[in-house]
Amino acid sequence: MSATTDHHGTRHLAAASGIPITLGVAALLFALHIAVGAKPLPLATVFEAIFARNTEVFDHMIIWELRLPRALIAVTVGAALAVSGALMQGVTRNPLADPGLLGLLAGASFAVVATSFFIDLPSMQFLPWIAAAGALATALVVYVISSLAPGGATPLTLTLAGAAITAFLAALTSVMHLLNEDTFENLRVWLTGSLAGRDIAMLWITGPWIAIALLAALALGRQVTALAMGDEVAKGLGVRTGPLKVQLLVTVVVLTACSVALAGPMGFVGLVIPHVVRLFVGSDYRWIVPYSAIVGAAYLLGIDIIARVAIAPREISTGIITAMVGAPVFIQLVRMRAK
Amino acid sequence: MDDHKSQSRLRSEHLASGYGETPVLSDVSLAVADGKMTILVGPNGSGKSTLLKTMARILTPSSGSVILDGKAIHQSKSREVAKKLGLLPQGPIPPEGLTVRELVAQGRFPHQGLMRQWTREDEEAVRDAMDTAQVSNFADRPIDTLSGGQRQRCWIAMVLAQQTDLLLLDEPTTFLDLKVQVDLMELLADLAHSSGRTLVVVLHELSLAAAYADHLVMMKEGRVVCAGPSHCVFTEARLREVFDLDAQVIRDPVTGHLVCIPLGAHARRKAAVRVA
Repeated sequence: MSATTDHHGTRHLAAASGIPITLGVAALLFALHIAVGAKPLPLATVFEAIFARNTEVFDHMIIWELRLPRALIAVTVGAALAVSGALMQGVTRNPLADPGLLGLLAGASFAVVATSFFIDLPSMQFLPWIAAAGALATALVVYVISSLAPGGATPLTLTLAGAAITAFLAALTSVMHLLNEDTFENLRVWLTGSLAGRDIAMLWITGPWIAIALLAALALGRQVTALAMGDEVAKGLGVRTGPLKVQLLVTVVVLTACSVALAGPMGFVGLVIPHVVRLFVGSDYRWIVPYSAIVGAAYLLGIDIIARVAIAPREISTGIITAMVGAPVFIQLVRMRAK
Repeated sequence: MDDHKSQSRLRSEHLASGYGETPVLSDVSLAVADGKMTILVGPNGSGKSTLLKTMARILTPSSGSVILDGKAIHQSKSREVAKKLGLLPQGPIPPEGLTVRELVAQGRFPHQGLMRQWTREDEEAVRDAMDTAQVSNFADRPIDTLSGGQRQRCWIAMVLAQQTDLLLLDEPTTFLDLKVQVDLMELLADLAHSSGRTLVVVLHELSLAAAYADHLVMMKEGRVVCAGPSHCVFTEARLREVFDLDAQVIRDPVTGHLVCIPLGAHARRKAAVRVA
């Protein structure tokens, strides 16, 4: 009995005061992320560069040209994927749902691999566009398939159609891989989800969309909590479940397509971060959404630091580290909370 | 069909409804008596749950209408309806880890908005609902650690926190122990008789229905066969007609409630022996 009271106590403490704490951790990781690298910079220099920029100083140039963009992209992608996953889990009432469930990630990979299979891509410049287009096209196909099913496009039929399309596209992608290995040398890193060498211009294009989608997610949080109790309960409480699900799925598609454009098809974050958040703040999406955004951003910053320093001067693809480091940490967290 | 004279805020008029292409209800007109407990009974597939769900605007009627306070419910704003009419669906499943208090607080949904945040009024409504449903003692425990009867009380508390005059409940006692069923029915009867709420309850247990209904409605094949006080509706002839059940209806000497004793082949043989 006392254990459950404690549990509740910490939960409410977390709900009330956790935002500044997690924001602080995220800000610290943000600064650290900029400080570490091939040329380690003291944190003082990082703050100086951010708040009192001097274009003459070489270190400031490194920070503004190279490191700050990458840190910003890590923040954006982490927040977008985590919130996207949280919404998917809420709307489908499936704890294993993630942003990839609608076939978005497989669609992005397929589009990129297929394009470079048939034409010689002159540069990586168009990659984000192709990826985002692939993700959106797949979302559309999945939607059409599931609306042909009896009962129309429900979260269940969407999930099934998404899983089938994902398997199908993954098979096609593998075939193209096998037929032409050389072309994909440079895509291999991208396909695991990577933050290396990203174009900051892409952030200016996707940023506003992600911002709008995140605000929408925050505004819809209360209704998602009601929806997570089942359609009939939600309807009884006055939630218009049909329009709400459409709004949520559009939000998920925007968030996921934008993060694919920024960092490639990155898994794990969208699946696990919402669960980690739930362990601490419970089942209320008014809290799950903002915490997922902050924790997702902080997590990807931390992971990207490891990706850059683990085997320096070379670096490991961020997407690989997310799962390699994240899985044991997640298992440990669940074990700790289960006691 | 409407044999009672009392007022009705909620009624259905020539209602036809069903799931997708399959029609279940046809031409159901029912006036729900205010401040009373109306209980819907009928064999499986008789349309009692369909009627309840259509009255709660979960299902959209193919023809006819549901009228709440003079307005067609399916044309009204869902959130406005939710301030007057609460629904407890059959076998709801709470999200993992949700505490009792958090679940009950969800009942305040229709009273809140994006701008209107949690108020003292909400807090009081939640506390009152938990007291009434007697779940305050384990308010901070996760729902999934509770027994079936406790859980059902929590869901009832959630609907009570909605502070509606009308409550629709779909088989609230199914899968519970008999003692727990009786306790729940007592709670529901109190809600109708002490606090003047209007309840419509779908029930499987015939004797419980007969004992607690102010107004008993028997349904078969998507139609209302008969409706009225238990002593008019709950008869051996009706049970045979509606449920295809041979049963003896007797009045319990202690409570005065009507009780039905099913007569299977075994019981009939024993009865024959005793008569001989």
